[in-house]
Amino acid sequence: MLLDPRGPRFAAAITSVVLVLIMIFSAGWLALAQAAVFAVAAVAPRYSPYGLVYRTVLAPRLPRPTELEPAAPFRFAQSVGLVFMLVAAVGYLMGAPLLGLVFTAFALLAAFLNAAFGLCLGCEVYLAWRRLSRRPLASRVPAPEN
Amino acid sequence: MAAGLITVLGVLAVATVAGLWWRRRDGRVRPVARPHPPVDLADLGVVAGTPATLLQFSSAFCAPCRATRLVCASVAERFAGVRHVEVDAEAHLDAVRRLHIWRTPTVLVVDGAGTIVHRATGTLSAAQVTAAVAPLLAAGAAR
Repeated sequence: MLLDPRGPRFAAAITSVVLVLIMIFSAGWLALAQAAVFAVAAVAPRYSPYGLVYRTVLAPRLPRPTELEPAAPFRFAQSVGLVFMLVAAVGYLMGAPLLGLVFTAFALLAAFLNAAFGLCLGCEVYLAWRRLSRRPLASRVPAPEN
Repeated sequence: MAAGLITVLGVLAVATVAGLWWRRRDGRVRPVARPHPPVDLADLGVVAGTPATLLQFSSAFCAPCRATRLVCASVAERFAGVRHVEVDAEAHLDAVRRLHIWRTPTVLVVDGAGTIVHRATGTLSAAQVTAAVAPLLAAGAAR
């Protein structure tokens, strides 16, 4: 599956705003709602709530995308976001606001880098993590011809 | 609330510095200062004697890998003597360690003798790749 790369970037911008609100107001329920948004986007990128806003409101007013990107990195990033937001929501709602703040802060770092610079933090650290963990995973690139 | 606000400002400041630094070095084709002695890259699909090989390391969760693949493939198509080889970094973790690769996409420019002369990470421009392979093609033609 391929995505218009401006969609995930728009989603990252909205996510950044939501994460800022969570941190300022220690809003555990908002963290839980953001976790749900991440979960939908990770499982079915086509139905991601922020993506739907992009497609219905913004995309029709913009020129057609000149390039598309694979959906797998986006889904990986959303899955990582889901884990962080679940921990944050548990922290805020169970009386450990510092835990909530720290995990939301890391999520904001990644979301803001994506929104402002188009930098996919998952892509950057993914190989480093594989090098250290050494667990095998199926190849997704075409094999060399010989 | 104050702690939250201060943390927000701190995170945004750190992210902005990191983002600017990343943007400065992303996609820059850098010459290898002290080239390794030629290494055997045959197991990665590099054919010895090819004047210039663009050896690209990619991974599954890597959006810029696709853009870099298109750029390298177009340069390889345009110039005889340039070959583009893309390998899955995870399937070659030993080579990844040996070659000190930490990020995807990383592109190594390999000359006919198997020496790595340039390396670049991130989204490349066709102009930079062309500039990196041009001297190798000229050397190949002179030989």
